[in-house]
Parts: sequence; structure tokens; C-alpha cells
Amino acid sequence: MTLLRTILLRLITTAVTLFGVAVIVFVVVRVVPGNPIAMMLPPGATQVDIDRLTAFYGLDKSIAQQFLIWGAGVLHGDFGTSITSRQPVLALVLGRLPATLELSVLALAMAVLMGGAAALTGTRLRGTRVEGGIDIAGGMALSIPDFLWGLILILLFGVLVPVFQISGRVTPSLKLPFSSNFYLVESLARLRFDLTRDLLSHMFLPALALAIPLTAIIAQLLKQSLKETMHLDYVTLARTQGYSEARVIWRQALPNAILPTLTLVGVQFTFLIGGTVIIERMFSYEGLGNMAIDAVINRDLPLIQGIVILFAVIFTGVNLLVDLTYAALNPRLRHG
Amino acid sequence: MNYLSVRHLTVRLKGGGLLLRDVSLEVAAGEVRGLVGESGAGKSMIGKAILGILPRAVEITGGQIVLDGTDLLTLPPAQRRIRIGATCALIPQDPLTALNPSHRIGRQITDRLVDILGWSRMGAEARALELLADVQITAPEHVLRQYPHELSGGMRQRILIASAFAAEPKLIIADEPTTALDVTVQKQILKLIAGLQAKHGTALLFVTHDLGVVSKVCQSLSVLYAGKVVEDTTIRRFFAGPAHPYSAALLAATPKYTDPTAGLNPVPEAVLAAVRAEVEHG
Repeated sequence: MTLLRTILLRLITTAVTLFGVAVIVFVVVRVVPGNPIAMMLPPGATQVDIDRLTAFYGLDKSIAQQFLIWGAGVLHGDFGTSITSRQPVLALVLGRLPATLELSVLALAMAVLMGGAAALTGTRLRGTRVEGGIDIAGGMALSIPDFLWGLILILLFGVLVPVFQISGRVTPSLKLPFSSNFYLVESLARLRFDLTRDLLSHMFLPALALAIPLTAIIAQLLKQSLKETMHLDYVTLARTQGYSEARVIWRQALPNAILPTLTLVGVQFTFLIGGTVIIERMFSYEGLGNMAIDAVINRDLPLIQGIVILFAVIFTGVNLLVDLTYAALNPRLRHG
Repeated sequence: MNYLSVRHLTVRLKGGGLLLRDVSLEVAAGEVRGLVGESGAGKSMIGKAILGILPRAVEITGGQIVLDGTDLLTLPPAQRRIRIGATCALIPQDPLTALNPSHRIGRQITDRLVDILGWSRMGAEARALELLADVQITAPEHVLRQYPHELSGGMRQRILIASAFAAEPKLIIADEPTTALDVTVQKQILKLIAGLQAKHGTALLFVTHDLGVVSKVCQSLSVLYAGKVVEDTTIRRFFAGPAHPYSAALLAATPKYTDPTAGLNPVPEAVLAAVRAEVEHG
């Protein structure tokens, strides 16, 4: 009952949010200098040619009129046609989405594992030099943004000690038997672990660059709330029952301490997805972010709009997912 | 034979002052000993020292804690932990914070039986049901599946008491188990603890600041002031006439509910000064 209401309420606010995003991006890409027609025509094109092409793409109409035409199409699932590639925007965008999703989720998984391990270790060894080391490493990881980590990682593991791939999503010469663009998922499902390996070797460095700042955030926050939880009475009671320190942390403290971290991870994950734009460019990874930059360079208005809307959908979806997970993990909300 | 003997226990703040000064006390098998004193006297600190849950900033600098013939302080930490888990239990002060909000009640009673004492899951669950009936919880099957936030403070304290008796411990330390509860519930809880203690013949160290409670459940009594035992006596002798001036003043300071017009008699400043001097130099 409450769950249904929550979801319904969320869907309504999501619709409003998406409309707002659509209006803003639509107006902004048309107000900023530069237009797609100038990008398409060779230098020295006549005014007649320019006018003809402008009219062809409907860019001679007012912004409000253009928005109505585009909006009507979107409601029918037609996001328009890319100006540069002349293909439907929806197909282009959905084709790239799996690459970005796989990269972001891999980065998230790495951040959760590394951050969680650091937090648990730091809590177990609190007050020792190990905890100090974790704090210092966390501070360093946080003070360097993801794209700089990208450059550092390329230099370290792509150039100096070339153990990982630094360009693309998969080795181009490989024959891919996949029927969808979820390469990593499919390679696992089809038990083609040779391909999984190649894919991971390409994804590892960009995913790591995205994961490092989030790892530090998770480590710091989770360790803080674990340490606070360790002073609570039920933890003390478990100690008198003969549980070891490690088990007390894992069984008694973690289920409660993880809740505030979870909320933050949700918010931070949307930042991480935002980070894919630059990281994908840096590693020539064929995802949405890379496509977004091309679209902006070419002033491919319909494509920019489509990508931004899709990013907005992902962000709101992630937030909804976090809220639902939080409710599932917290018994006090579940029965509320 | 005494089940628990604390001998000359000295506890201090790391790099700081003494918290317990040469404390000795004995609890015989099946005996209930009260441990009274004002806030900050170190009552709870003794319980924590016995159970091995002293705060990190505090250290034991001398003495013995002998449990069933073995000095706990000479055991390696892991062995000591398991021995305490198998033979002792704590009834905590605040039932609202002593249950884990993320786990169902059933798990909180049965887990330690299965994990630490090697019971079967089914055996532990049967035991939990039996115990919840013992502490007069109706519909125990239902309660086992509930979360702490669904239960009242009195219910939670009953569960904690049931949990404390679950593994048939030889010694239970009750750390002001009724202080956080409603006055109306306090009596029932006291009765419950006293009843279970008698039934199981458990040695019980009852930490409290309430002499009324002591008179109801305890057989012997240690009076603590500023980390030192100033009187060690039986209940009968204590209420007939305490030997130590501080004990006498403490007894006189207990409000009499039968006479609401009587004023409060705080422990006189002169008595406090004398006992302080005695504790610090004696």
C-alpha cells in the first residue's frame, strides 16, 4: 500500500522533472552560439542553401513551435533524427546505453567492494596505524577528481606498465557473437570468458578512475557510522555473548551502519554516471558519454536532447531504486 | 563456594585517575548480591570489568576476577571472551537500545546459542519459545518474528531477560535493569528476574542505586563510594543498622513512599568529606 503510493508519487514527480529537463535543454542548445547547419555546410555555401537546410530541419520556426513538434514526437516514442548520422535518436541512444550502464555498474561495484573493505578493516583496526593509513589514502583519493585519476591510470597501467587496455570497449579484431549491446553481461551468460576477459581489460581502468573517488566516500562514511554504532548497547551486549570483534562488526554493527551510506551512494552514483562523459572520452569508450561529446561538437540538437533526457531518466531511476532498497533494508520503514 | 570472586581489582583511566580502588566482592552460586552506590561510584564499571567490556580508554591495572576457580584476567582474550559468553550474561540497563533494530527478536535470542554454544537452530528456537513463555510474553511465536521497534520497553526488557537466561548462565550481571522503565513495569520486571534467578539458581550481581530494590531481591550487599567498597554486608544486617557512616547516610537518604510529607535527607556533606578522605588515603 505505502510502497504503491511511494512509487506512484515518484512517477509523477519524475514526469515533472523530465519535462523541466526537456524544456531547459531544448532552450539552452538553441540559445547558445553555434548551429548545426553551419557545421554541415562547406565554407562558402550560399544563403539560399543555408535557408533551405534550416527550413528542412525546422530550425526556422520559433523555439516554442519547435518544442511542441519535438514534444509531440517524444510522446509517441519518436525522439527525432540525428542531424549528423541521419538515424533515429532513440535507436542511437539505446544502442550506446548498455556500454555506459555496464561501465557505471562495474565502477559502482568496485567502489562498494573497495570502500566497504576499507571501512570494515579501518573499524576492526581502529586506533591503529592501519586506520590512519586508510584515512590518508581516502583523503588523497577524494582530493583528485575522476578525470585526473583517468590520466594517472593511463600513464601507470597503460603506458609505464601496460597491463590494461586504455582505448575502446573491446578489441576490434574480435568477432562478437552478441545479440544485444550488453557485451559484458552476454559474454558471461554465453560462458565466453575469453571475451569477458577482453572486455574487463578494456573496462578496468575507466571503471577504476570512476570508482576511486566514490570508494573514498564510502570508506569514510561507512567507517564513521560503523564506529558510532560500535558504542551502542546492542553491540556491547553481543560482545558479552562471546562474539569476536570481527563478527560483532559484521553481524551487529554493519546492518545498521550501512543505511546512511546507502543513501549517499545513491546520490554519488548519479555523479559517477555524470563522470562517464569525460572518462569515456578519455578512454575512447563507445558509450553514451562519448556520444554526448560528439553530439555537442556537431551541434546535433536532437541527439543532445535525447541523451540528456536519457541521463535524466537514469538519475531519477537510480534515486527511486535507492529509496526502495533503503525501505527493504530498514525494518522500521518496512512496517511503517 | 563462591562462583565469582573479584579480588583487589584496580581499574584506571589510561594515563588518568583511579576508577576502581582495590575492589573485592564475592557472589556465591545461587546468591543475589546488590551493588549500590551513587552515580559515578563505579558500580557499572565492575560489571563491565567482569564481562570484559570495559571502554578502550580504561585499563585494569591490578587484581583478579576469578570465575569458577579461573582468573579471567590470566586467560588469552579469545578464550576469555568465549568463557564469559558461555557462563555469564548481562541484563542491560536500557532495553530500548540493547536490541539490534535490524534483527528479528528470534535471531537475537537464538543466534548466540547457535553461533557460540553450538546448539542446533531448531533446539535454540524451541528454547526461545520456552523462555518467552517464562517471562510471560503472550503469543511468543509471533514475537519471535517481530522487530524491536514493534515492542514496548517492558516487552523488550522481558526479552532481554529471557535472552540472558537462555544459555543457563552461572552468573548474571543485571546493570540497573529497571532504571529506564516505567514505575508500574519496574515491579513486574523485578519479580520476573527474582523468580527466574530462584528457578535456575543463578548467581546474580544486581547493580542499582535503589535501596528499595535491593531490599526486595538481594541477600547480600556491597556499598561502593568513589570506586571503593566501603561496606560488604548481608541485607539483614544492613537494614538493621549499617556499619559504615556513608551507608547509614545513604539508607537515611532513601525516600519513604509511605510518608509523602517527609522531606528528603541528602547524604550530609560532613559524611561525604569523611568517606572521600577515607577512600583516597585509606
